[in-house]
Amino acid sequence: MATTPVSPAATSAPARAPALEMRGISKTFPGVKALDNVQLQAWTGEIHSLMGENGAGKSTLMKILSGAYTADPGGEIRIDGQLTPITGPKAARAAGIAIIYQELSLAPNLTVAENIYLGNEPKQFGVLADRATMRRETAKVLERLGAEFGPDTVVNTLSIAEQQQVEIARALHQRSHILIMDEPTTALSTRETDRLFELIKRLRDEDIAIIYISHRMAEIYELSDRVSVLRDGTYVGTLERAELSAERLVQMMVGRPLSNLFDKHSYATDRVVLEVKELTDGGRRVKPSNLTLHAGEVLGLAGLVGAGRSELARLIFGADRIASGEVWLEGKRLTLRNPLDAIHAGIAYLTEDRKAQGLFLDMSVRENITISVLGRDALAGGLLNRAAMARLTAGSIQDLRVRVAGPFVTAGALSGGNQQKLLIARWIAINPKVLILDEPTKGVDIGAKAEIYRIISELAAKGVAVLVISSELPEVIGISDRILVMREGVIVGEVGGSSGAAATQENIMALATGTTEMVQP
Amino acid sequence: MTEQVLTPAKTPDKKFWANLIQTAGILPVLIVIAVIFSFIAPNFLTENNLLNIVRQASINIVLATGMTVVILTGGIDLSVGSVLAVSAVTAMVVSLMPELGWAAVPIALLIGLVLGALNGLLVAYAGLPPFIVTLGSMTTLRGLAYLLAGGTTIINSKIDFAWIGNAYLGPLPWIVVIAFLVLLATWFLLRHTVLGIYIYGVGGNPQAARLTGIKVGQVMLFVYAFSGLLAGLGGVMTTSRLYSANGVLGTGYELDAIAAVILGGTSFVGGIGTVIGTLFGALIIATLNNGLTLMNVSFFWQLVIKGLVIIIAVALDKYRHKGAGART
Repeated sequence: MATTPVSPAATSAPARAPALEMRGISKTFPGVKALDNVQLQAWTGEIHSLMGENGAGKSTLMKILSGAYTADPGGEIRIDGQLTPITGPKAARAAGIAIIYQELSLAPNLTVAENIYLGNEPKQFGVLADRATMRRETAKVLERLGAEFGPDTVVNTLSIAEQQQVEIARALHQRSHILIMDEPTTALSTRETDRLFELIKRLRDEDIAIIYISHRMAEIYELSDRVSVLRDGTYVGTLERAELSAERLVQMMVGRPLSNLFDKHSYATDRVVLEVKELTDGGRRVKPSNLTLHAGEVLGLAGLVGAGRSELARLIFGADRIASGEVWLEGKRLTLRNPLDAIHAGIAYLTEDRKAQGLFLDMSVRENITISVLGRDALAGGLLNRAAMARLTAGSIQDLRVRVAGPFVTAGALSGGNQQKLLIARWIAINPKVLILDEPTKGVDIGAKAEIYRIISELAAKGVAVLVISSELPEVIGISDRILVMREGVIVGEVGGSSGAAATQENIMALATGTTEMVQP
Repeated sequence: MTEQVLTPAKTPDKKFWANLIQTAGILPVLIVIAVIFSFIAPNFLTENNLLNIVRQASINIVLATGMTVVILTGGIDLSVGSVLAVSAVTAMVVSLMPELGWAAVPIALLIGLVLGALNGLLVAYAGLPPFIVTLGSMTTLRGLAYLLAGGTTIINSKIDFAWIGNAYLGPLPWIVVIAFLVLLATWFLLRHTVLGIYIYGVGGNPQAARLTGIKVGQVMLFVYAFSGLLAGLGGVMTTSRLYSANGVLGTGYELDAIAAVILGGTSFVGGIGTVIGTLFGALIIATLNNGLTLMNVSFFWQLVIKGLVIIIAVALDKYRHKGAGART
């Protein structure tokens, strides 16, 4: 792997040693080398982004830094130029390193102050917690962050964004000067994200070195002073802010250019497969909606989060109760009382939240793929048809290029992209006529994204009618033949195809936010 | 390419051993306890006594097997002890009816099945929490058992199903044979049938199960009915050993059954567990009872020791899993 040497802070070069310097870091798990001779340098007062596909080694590297893992002997970690062996979480904390994970680690029923001091409460008379000091010091830190809640607020009454602030406050309180943030915006709204970014930039200016991990290109652009990229457990290189380009970053991450991601060929026919007429849940989330889906067509469904796209999909799939309206499949009207009715008719729905609503994390890859057709393939008396299960699993793993050691690995052990492929395989197994994909590439790395796009094209080529819900505009534009846009529970317009409006991000956003209508009096 | 390298390659052989170790789970604890007793408890290591242990465990094995299936779906069945009592008393009442003696066992089993199904209906279709439903039915059915027995003990020395509790199949007591048949059948159900996978699926992720087209309600109904049926069988086994039944029978049995399931490594939130583990759990409890009694340890101390062993065993198991789980 080509290892570009780091330019030692050529631009904003402070004369002193970097706040953090990792050199020659390797980590071997039984049978696997997760990290191979990786390096990373972060300077005080910079936001240093770390990018890479899932499985590239970012998390492992950060876990070494936070003391959760110990690196193989041979590498070295220097803090402010001092050789600092990190032997465990305590050593990491003492070295001034704090990490804020995607899943927050606060005690929900305690107050902000109690959380910040959890484990090292100041004592009065040796036993009593010195609440006055706790409150005072917490208030100071909160003020520094510009938080809008006080030290006595109970954590579970705070929003996710505010809880994140508590975590940051805790890090500051512990005088951390290297702050690692692992995909902190996943659960935040746009406004909360903006505020977080403001805060991150402010912390940078207060001489904290920030290591920022994210998949989202826009965030990387907005924040980064420099970006380091890992691939396959090796260090690929570091780009200065001036050198940043999406094209280059993607190439560094996957080793091939971005433009090949989408298959622009259309397989749409004019044979109508699915017709939805005035379908509604009674107006709560979905107002009466109409759509037509053709064989071989990839129809995008765009809109802001909360516009009712998933809810409409769930109605078509029989997952929620239909108040009124009709769903027709190949000229027959369907009665949809539950998902099973839809599945029998040939409609499949890949849910948005694969962990909560899709996967059986403790069950094997084989069981996860075949569970949709177990009943159909069963031998007499409901006995498992292991031969059929094995065949289907092997075929799916090969066709969808699922990267997995074997059919008996548990689904929970796979990366996001492979989990998603598993679920797609589950639905391909029923030979669907209509496949609804709800945010199919959410939390998936770029390599797996490209493969999911390829799978969608292949299915369309076989005549499957595909409905793709996606919040990523380049994606929905790239893969769809035409795009419907929803706003506040209604389909408000169509772009692309023969609609007359071009499928551009501007046109979609205009429909999704309602700005096109707002200009009219 | 990337992830392929990152998941440690397992050869089928290694997987087999890993599986065995995982299934065996608590087995080392059972062996250690047995070895200790064989040194310090008089007459522990005799063929007769070992058979005794299994015999004493047999009813708990049957109840705990049903309990395993319920807990696998993320539920719990607190009513098994009371269902056992109702079934046992019913069996006795029917056995005393002229011309109807033959029907005692089928009716007792049917009663168990129906009572379990009622639990299942309330959980699956009325959406009530299993703990509450079965806590309620535990109390209700206990009362019913007393009422059926008229507050006394019903005795019949001429039941025609006495063989269940007292006869032998070759060297093995029938009661033990039945317990193992139940265990084997349930193992087969969980391991080799579609329903088995659905049970794990419903316990592992009920939402995903529904969205995959599994009839979650039917699966729930099944597991409670199954547990009820086995509790009914437990009633038949108990009463055939005693030639009598009363309203007190089976009091607290649900706790022994739950203890066996948990000792056996089944996850309390559902989705993970095996009946083989439950078997070892039930044997640990029976071995402790037996060994401590042989050593003339007072009943009160037996309770103290039993409770501590359960906590320590589960803690050890958890600790072991933590060590293994640090890989990812």
